[in-house]
Amino acid sequence: MDIQLKRGLLDICVLAAIKSEDSYGYQIIKDIKPFVEISESTLYPILRRLESANQLTARSVEHNGRLRKYYHITQAGLKRIEDFKLEWQEIISIYNFVTREAQDEQVTIFNRA
Amino acid sequence: MNKSQFLTELKEILCGLPDNDIQSSLDYYSEIIDDHIEDGFTEEDSVSQVGNPQEIAKQILADTPILKLVKQRIKPKHKISTLEIMFLILGSPIWLSLLIAAIAVVVSVYVSLWAAVVSLWACEAAFCGSALGGAIASVCLFASEGDIFAASIMVAAALVLIGISILFFFVCRASTKGMVLLTKKLTLRIKSCFLRKERAQ
Repeated sequence: MDIQLKRGLLDICVLAAIKSEDSYGYQIIKDIKPFVEISESTLYPILRRLESANQLTARSVEHNGRLRKYYHITQAGLKRIEDFKLEWQEIISIYNFVTREAQDEQVTIFNRA
Repeated sequence: MNKSQFLTELKEILCGLPDNDIQSSLDYYSEIIDDHIEDGFTEEDSVSQVGNPQEIAKQILADTPILKLVKQRIKPKHKISTLEIMFLILGSPIWLSLLIAAIAVVVSVYVSLWAAVVSLWACEAAFCGSALGGAIASVCLFASEGDIFAASIMVAAALVLIGISILFFFVCRASTKGMVLLTKKLTLRIKSCFLRKERAQ
């Protein structure tokens, strides 16, 4: 997949992983991994980027005698997901247009034969 | 490698970044490793799953703006005394000019490499242009003087030029890509210079 596209998608995936409830690094990776390739070292810059863009906030919570950072989605983060959904609608309609043309071609080839 | 070895190594490599940036990445990796262990992995396995410190540091460095590194570098470790300021000012004709010269050398080498790329593209444009010219000329020759021999030579020349320009296009594209790659590597190299110098102190 295109690197820029994947980068943007990963941002959205991370936001989606903390949308319903606050989550922490390890859990986020576990949730996303079945869908997109992500590693511990790729998650770190994403979290920092989203935090500095105010799309999520972090708080440290004590867990088994150590600290664990929980990430909470902000209004801006929720808006980012909504924007993504709208944008994706457009892409789906473009996709439909592209594949429809391909299907038509197949039909004409078929008819000619 | 165990967890504390991993963290020590990462800390050492990152030395030169702002302190809170180092701390935040150490906290993150420490937490991730602990969570792996809690999930049932051994300490060694957890560390190797997270990756090696060199690669991680490279990624962090690539994400750190160069300005931040410079700022951190020139931030004095202790208060500069009046004497030091005096020496800095008195010495400025020497160190300032040397610094400017060094930067100028690097910049000029970089710019001339780009200039080479630009001239390759210019050659490409010239090939395309003359191919087009040849094609038009052959039509004109044929139409005005009816000279089939001269016209066909012109057509042949135009075809050769088109061939050359197509091949040359790939050369141009490769050189441009190469320069973009070089730029990325160069930035990373400059950034890691800041780290290495810092560690040497």
